[in-house]
Amino acid sequence: MNFRKIEEYIFKILMLTSLIIVLGSLIGIIAVVLIKGGAAINWEMLTTTPKGGFYMGGGGGILNAIVGSIYLASGATVLAFFISIGIAIYLQREFTSDGAAGIIRASLDILWGIPSIVYGVFCFIIMMYLGVGTCLLAGIVALTMLEIPIMTRGMDEAIKMVPSELKESTYVLGSNRIETAVKVVLRQGLPGITSGILLAFGRGIGDAASILFTAGFSDHIATSLFDSAAALPTMIFFLSTSPIPEVRDRAYAAAFVLLSIVLLISIISRLLTNKFSKYIIK
Amino acid sequence: MKTLKRFIRMDSRKRKVFISTKLMFAASVLVCALLFLIVIILFSSSAPLLKQHPITDLLFSSLWNPERGDFGFYPIIIGTVYVTAIAMLFSVPVAVLSSIYIAEYTKGRVMQIIKPFIDILAGIPSVVYGMCAIIVLVPLVRDHIAPFFGASSTGFCVLTAGMILSVMIFPIIISICVEVFRAVPDEVREVSYAIGATKWETIKHVVFRAAFPGVSSAVLLGFGRAFGETIAVCMVVGNIPQVASSVFEPGTTLAAFIASNFGEMMSVPFYYSAMMLMALVLILIVLIFNILAKIIIRRSYGGGKT
Repeated sequence: MNFRKIEEYIFKILMLTSLIIVLGSLIGIIAVVLIKGGAAINWEMLTTTPKGGFYMGGGGGILNAIVGSIYLASGATVLAFFISIGIAIYLQREFTSDGAAGIIRASLDILWGIPSIVYGVFCFIIMMYLGVGTCLLAGIVALTMLEIPIMTRGMDEAIKMVPSELKESTYVLGSNRIETAVKVVLRQGLPGITSGILLAFGRGIGDAASILFTAGFSDHIATSLFDSAAALPTMIFFLSTSPIPEVRDRAYAAAFVLLSIVLLISIISRLLTNKFSKYIIK
Repeated sequence: MKTLKRFIRMDSRKRKVFISTKLMFAASVLVCALLFLIVIILFSSSAPLLKQHPITDLLFSSLWNPERGDFGFYPIIIGTVYVTAIAMLFSVPVAVLSSIYIAEYTKGRVMQIIKPFIDILAGIPSVVYGMCAIIVLVPLVRDHIAPFFGASSTGFCVLTAGMILSVMIFPIIISICVEVFRAVPDEVREVSYAIGATKWETIKHVVFRAAFPGVSSAVLLGFGRAFGETIAVCMVVGNIPQVASSVFEPGTTLAAFIASNFGEMMSVPFYYSAMMLMALVLILIVLIFNILAKIIIRRSYGGGKT
């Protein structure tokens, strides 16, 4: 073997090793959560709220965090949906100039890159200004800001793919811009739009930094928008450094639930994309 | 007044178009304004501290003692740079090499299997990464890596934070790099094969060079993400505002420090402003890197790829 072959051989081994490191770390993370969380999880953990002495190893479960997370992420996803769908439709050529659309897309890209803690801090300043304490609503608003760029870019990509001949033929039939957008474009882009929504939901439910000081933390299930609410990520954050093993177990169980939700959403998104693809005409 | 008259004369279909277009326009303006709003509000909230101390004092003083009125950001900024640098050092070679392998050496089927894995890696919440770092990396660093280098460490240190961060930015760098390598046209490769280059030589001299702008913008985006990552770092870095003398010492980063100290800021004057200033510095640095990445992509691939 000459030098050129040896060099290729060495680099091939290096590349394979890197790939194994990447895939191995993924499998490692999932395995750690499954093993630790699987050992800690039980029915009582999932269906009760914390009882007295929860943080010292007392009884109770993580129901408050599960329900809180679902409230926060669904609230934010619904809010973000109404804003994102508007922006995504507006980005089409019928509504705005290419220049304006470029500016909007660039701001969405920049917003996507902003660390989520900044959204948390921003919401906290507004809360201070309005004089409200930590509450579910503030957490929802912070998560909405986090989700809008993710959701809008997903929808935008889907809507961009709708062929212009299809739109033009509806205009010929006398439909106006909104009718075409709602009845034809959105239906045609449905697979991409749903996967955008689910991606944003998955991102929202897993984010801790933005709800840390906005949603707060509480041991009971929130009954109104102005109650503080616990969430799975914040619970994992607070409990996993605890010196007491029973308390750490709760963090592991919460991580198990959180990771299952995130993985489930990514699988559902793939399935739905395939299912909705049959409505696509072209 | 004129629009109102027009609005009254419209039929219901036109009215729907009118109202929804205005609403969509409002949503778009809101999104464009949000960034400016965030920067302005952060700036005005940090103004009281900026009036008290000049910005250079704040950025380059290493004294952090809020009770006595010393707000030196230097140790926190240096800590952020350390952690991010370690993460990039681990992450960039591994991510770039594996994306070359995925893009150049794997067949379509294998690619179809690997891609969802990378997407899943990107979707795992950062708090789960942090927890895994506490379970796996902290004992590893404490019991094996630190003693191996003759140092003692609690495991909650700059190195651990850098290591978990490097895993977190794999998917960002890989997903962009694979796309960029794929985008290099096959003719370019064939020309290189025709003059007798091996596959690796073609990758090294032709494909990599053609894809270099894309790779560097992927690295910049990864850097931006690593710089702003909060929760996972906050869980393992130790959160002490000191200039770490070795990678086995605890430190802190801008984002992690904000997250861990936000609750106690009300009691001390200017603490609130200091936190806001920290968020401002963080967002400005991340913005610079993201915009640089965008410019590089725009320059080398034209406006088509955004």
